[in-house]
Amino acid sequence: MIELDNLAYSYGGGELLSEISLRLAPGSFHFLTGPSGAGKTTFLKLCYGALIPTAGRAMLFGQDVRELGRDDVALLRRRIGVVHQDCQFLDHLPLAENIALPLMVSGRDVAAEAQNLDDLIAWCGLSHRRNALPPELSGGERQRAALARAVIMSPEVILADEPTGNVDWEMSQRLLQLLVELNRMGKTVMIATHDLSLIRAAKSQVQTRVLRIANRRLQLAGADL
Amino acid sequence: MRAVLVILADLLRGDTQADRVVPPTGFTARLTLFAAAAMTFLAVFALALSLATGRLAHNWSTELARSATLRISTSQDQVAAQTAAALQVLQTTEGVASARALSEAEQQALLEPWFGPDVPIADLPVPQLIEIIETRKGYDAEGLRLRLAAEVPGAVLDDHTRWRRPLVRAASRIRAMGLLSLGLIGGIMAAMITLAAHSALAANAQVIAVLRLVGARDDFIARAFVRRFTLRAISGAILGLALGLGGILLLPSAQPEGGFLTGLGFQGWGWIWPFLLPLLAGAVAFWATRRAARRILRGLA
Repeated sequence: MIELDNLAYSYGGGELLSEISLRLAPGSFHFLTGPSGAGKTTFLKLCYGALIPTAGRAMLFGQDVRELGRDDVALLRRRIGVVHQDCQFLDHLPLAENIALPLMVSGRDVAAEAQNLDDLIAWCGLSHRRNALPPELSGGERQRAALARAVIMSPEVILADEPTGNVDWEMSQRLLQLLVELNRMGKTVMIATHDLSLIRAAKSQVQTRVLRIANRRLQLAGADL
Repeated sequence: MRAVLVILADLLRGDTQADRVVPPTGFTARLTLFAAAAMTFLAVFALALSLATGRLAHNWSTELARSATLRISTSQDQVAAQTAAALQVLQTTEGVASARALSEAEQQALLEPWFGPDVPIADLPVPQLIEIIETRKGYDAEGLRLRLAAEVPGAVLDDHTRWRRPLVRAASRIRAMGLLSLGLIGGIMAAMITLAAHSALAANAQVIAVLRLVGARDDFIARAFVRRFTLRAISGAILGLALGLGGILLLPSAQPEGGFLTGLGFQGWGWIWPFLLPLLAGAVAFWATRRAARRILRGLA
C-alpha cells in the first residue's frame, strides 16, 4: 500500500532522512519511534503525500507521489486516515459535523450515514459531546475526535502522529484500544510516538513492528522493547 | 451569457451543507456587500446617462437630418409672392417630401420664449419660415440654393447640419464616456471583490488546511468561497439597483423646454438594462473569486 524505496528528504540545509526503504503490508501494525526532531512527523507526511521526497521514490497505492496532482492527493487522503499531533478542526462547526467532514467533502450523503456516524461517535465515547464546538473539548476528547474523523471514511491506512501526546495514561490506553480494534478490522496502522510504555502496552494485545528513526536512517528496533 | 446563467443557477441551488465549512466572516462580507451596492448604484447612473445621450444623438441625427428651414427675408409686400415662388420651387425639387409655410401662430409660438407672449408679430418685419421635410434619400442642398438664388432672391436655406453635427458628436462622446465608466465600475468591483476574497482566504488558512487534510479537492474549497461571494455581490447589487432606480425616479421628468439634462432616465426597452446589473455583478464576483481562490489554493501545500 505504501512503499518507500531508498527515499531521502532534506530541508533547505541538511538531510533529515536518507536511505529509507519500507513496505507497509495491509493489516500490519507499526510503531514509529525515535528522539524528538528525528523526523517522525516528516516521515508520516511523506507517507500521505503532504511532502514530496527529495530523492528516491514513494509509491502510495501504486502511484508515484511525484506524479500526483492536487486532486489526486485529495483522493488519496480519503484512503489514508491521518491523526495529527495538534488536531485541527473547523472551530465553528459542532463535533459531529467535524467528524462527518470527510464524508461531506467527498460528496457522500451525510444523512444516509447518520447511523454509522452515531455508532462511531459512541464507540469513541463522545456521544455526550456531539454538539460541542471543538474549542470546548478537552485534549483527550480532541484526540478521540481526530481519530474518529480519520476513520469515518473507512480508510485502508491510519497514520497517527503522537495520538497520545496530550492525554493522561488512562486516556492513552483508550486511544490505543481504539487503534488496536481498527487493526483487528483489517486496517493498516502506523503510530508515531516516543512513549515506550504505550508500545509495550500494545505488544501484549497485537503483533506490532517497531521502527526507529536514528541518524537519519530507519531501522527495525530489536525485540527487547 | 448562457453558460454564465447555468453556472449561476447551479451556484444558487448549491450545496448548502458544503457551504457551512467556511465560517461566516464579518468584514469581508460587509465589504463585498457595500462595494457591490455602491458600484451598482453608480452603474445605474452611468447606464442612464449612456442611454439618454444615445437616444439624444439618435434623435438629433435622424429627426433633424430630415428637416430643413427656408427663411424668406424681403420687404413686407414681397413676402407672399416670394413664399409662393419658393414653395413652387420646393415642390419640383427632387428629394423634398413636403414643404409648408408656417402660419403666423406657429411663428409666434417659436418666438415666444425670446420675445414674450404679447409681442405683435404681425407688425414686425419677421421673416416667413418654410419647413422642408426631406425624403430618405435627401436633396442636393447646393443645387437647391442655386435655383432659389435665381428665382427667390430673398430665400436663405438652413439645412441644420451646421449646428447639428457638433451636438451629435458631443452626445456620442458623452455616451462613450458613460460606457467607459460602466467598464471601469465593473473593473473596480472585480478588483475590490478579488481583494476581499484574498483576505477571506488568508483568514481561513486553517479551515483550508483542515479541508485538504480530510481529502477536500480544490474545487470544493473554492466553490464554498465563490458561492458566498457571488451571492453577496448579487444581494449588494440588488440593494444598489433599488437605490439607484429610486434616485432616477426622483429626478424631474423631461420637459420639452428643459433640454436633455432632464431626459436622464430609462425609456421603453431601456428599463431592461439596469435589471441586468445584479446578474452582471454576480458574474463579476464569480469570476473574480474563482480566479483568486484557484490561484491561492494552487500555492498551498
